Amino acid sequence: MTDARDVEVDSGGARTLRVVLVDDHRLFRAGVRAEIGERVDIVGEAGDVDEAIAVIHHQRPHVVLLDVHLPGGGGRAVLDGCTGDLPDVRFLALSVSDAADDVIGVVRGGARGYVTKAISADDLVDAVRRVADGDAVFSPRLAGFVLDAFSTGTVADHAEDALDSLSPREREVMRLIARGYTYREVAKDLVLSVKTVETHVSAVLRKLQLSNRHELAKWAAARHLV
Amino acid sequence: MDHPTSLPRRATRARRGRVLGGVCQGIADHLRWPVQAVRAAFLLAVLLGGFGLVLYAAYWAWLPIDDSDGSDTGTPTEGRDLAGVLGLGALAVGVVLLLSARGIEVTGSWFVPLLLVAIGVAVLWRQSDDSRRAELLADVGASARATTQTAVRRNIPRIVLGFALVLLGVLGVLASQGDLVASLRGLAAALLALAGLGLVLLPFVLGWWRTLAAERRARIRSEERAEIAAQVHDSVLQTLTLIQRSAHDPDEVTRLARTEERALRKWLYAPVGDPGATLVAALEAEIADVEAAYACVVELVHVGDVARDDRVDALVAAAREAVVNAAKHAGGAVSVYVECGEAGVEVFVRDRGLGFDPDAVPDDRLGLRESVHARMARVGGSARVRSEPGSGTEVSLALPAPLGVRSWT
Repeated sequence: MTDARDVEVDSGGARTLRVVLVDDHRLFRAGVRAEIGERVDIVGEAGDVDEAIAVIHHQRPHVVLLDVHLPGGGGRAVLDGCTGDLPDVRFLALSVSDAADDVIGVVRGGARGYVTKAISADDLVDAVRRVADGDAVFSPRLAGFVLDAFSTGTVADHAEDALDSLSPREREVMRLIARGYTYREVAKDLVLSVKTVETHVSAVLRKLQLSNRHELAKWAAARHLV
Repeated sequence: MDHPTSLPRRATRARRGRVLGGVCQGIADHLRWPVQAVRAAFLLAVLLGGFGLVLYAAYWAWLPIDDSDGSDTGTPTEGRDLAGVLGLGALAVGVVLLLSARGIEVTGSWFVPLLLVAIGVAVLWRQSDDSRRAELLADVGASARATTQTAVRRNIPRIVLGFALVLLGVLGVLASQGDLVASLRGLAAALLALAGLGLVLLPFVLGWWRTLAAERRARIRSEERAEIAAQVHDSVLQTLTLIQRSAHDPDEVTRLARTEERALRKWLYAPVGDPGATLVAALEAEIADVEAAYACVVELVHVGDVARDDRVDALVAAAREAVVNAAKHAGGAVSVYVECGEAGVEVFVRDRGLGFDPDAVPDDRLGLRESVHARMARVGGSARVRSEPGSGTEVSLALPAPLGVRSWT
């Protein structure tokens, strides 16, 4: 970790996360800053792809809140411009879009989660913390999409197909998240530790990013994401 | 052909029953003569000195196309009429040959070449007629360019045939006037001159073509923009005005914004197929209703979908009741999750309210008991309420697939 990424420690003992906001709507950035600016350190903002790549390289934040739709190539272009050089920077996609192909694009590009802009400030701070810790953040909608893409009840026949299907446990976790449960509630319901739930969710994220399942490949191809 | 009698009748070129340009058919319609008589007259005029050709070409150029009765050019009568015209032509040629044999010269030696030129020109003109028509029809919309291009491509054999006929005819005329070699030499010179002229004019033509294409693109863009502007004006701007007026009432503002968001999404990501024909579509409509009535936000996530029937409608009604309960008693965000699998359909409605003890609900609270439990039981499904004080409420509805249906999705 470089000097620029030194972790400050606040009075509560938790580290203060450095966050960069990327969204082409200035009003939205101002709103997010007002809502979570006291709890995380917003070290930079950007309104388009080139600006975002420059700010992220300069600031090397813990987490980038990334809008899916951006002038100059979209959130996907920012991911492509950063993930190679900066493996430690984590991305959380933020969008009003309900379209599955928008979501799959940024997640396959390397984002560690997807939340809609209607998310509450508390939930957003939680999501940022979770992403900074290397966990995945699944909104109900993303979970529903994953279940949709991995449905059709196919069971892995061979070892190499493991990427293309969800384990029964992962499916249960996804269903509960789709029903609006928090990770803590999921853990309680399935009698697991929160850490185990996080492990399952991260495993699903990996499958989502790496799987060559027909549905995923189709969406990716349609958007020139392959 | 029946024309409205109040209007002065104009001669037109008929699309129906035409063989070449529809001139004869049009004149026959106009004069109310039998079409074969008109055709015979034209053919005779053609053979006796070629005046008919000039006349026909002039009519073709000046008469407007009659579009009043359908646009199908390939009517079944065409083939029969063509045969009729060929028969008439053969008859006319026979008469001319007979006259020639008697030593009466009715046609010059240029007659056959000229006929070739005429046919070639006819073929070419007919082509431009059709492609212009296709262009006019496809003028609006992004497909215009593609349509025109396919029209041109489809017509290439015709264009080649037309040019070949005209060239052959011109050569024939030249040959009939002097010796063929000299005329070929003259033709070569003419072609060279044409090629030179083409080279000189090429940049201008290209520039003109590009300008035309750019103009067309700009027009399509501005039409799209106008459509979007109209939509935005009717929806977003109106809603923004309403929001400004009710700025003092947060609930009303939320409701307006949510309703507008829903309408806009529907317009942007319009679903294909019949709206309201599936479980999810019906649920979306019900949820929109509840959101508008209770100023809350309901997030619907679904995996799969099924067609509506009486049982599904009962499920939708029960789900609506559950959502209304959540909106009324819990407030805040409500999550609805629908999963359609081979075994059946499950719907989960979850809120983040205070929760309650389901066993402590008094019997007179009809909502859950009658609207949800009884409704689901009647169609062979089940309902379950899970709630603990402090952690919200979840209503689960399950509807098994109908008997004998292996895969319901």
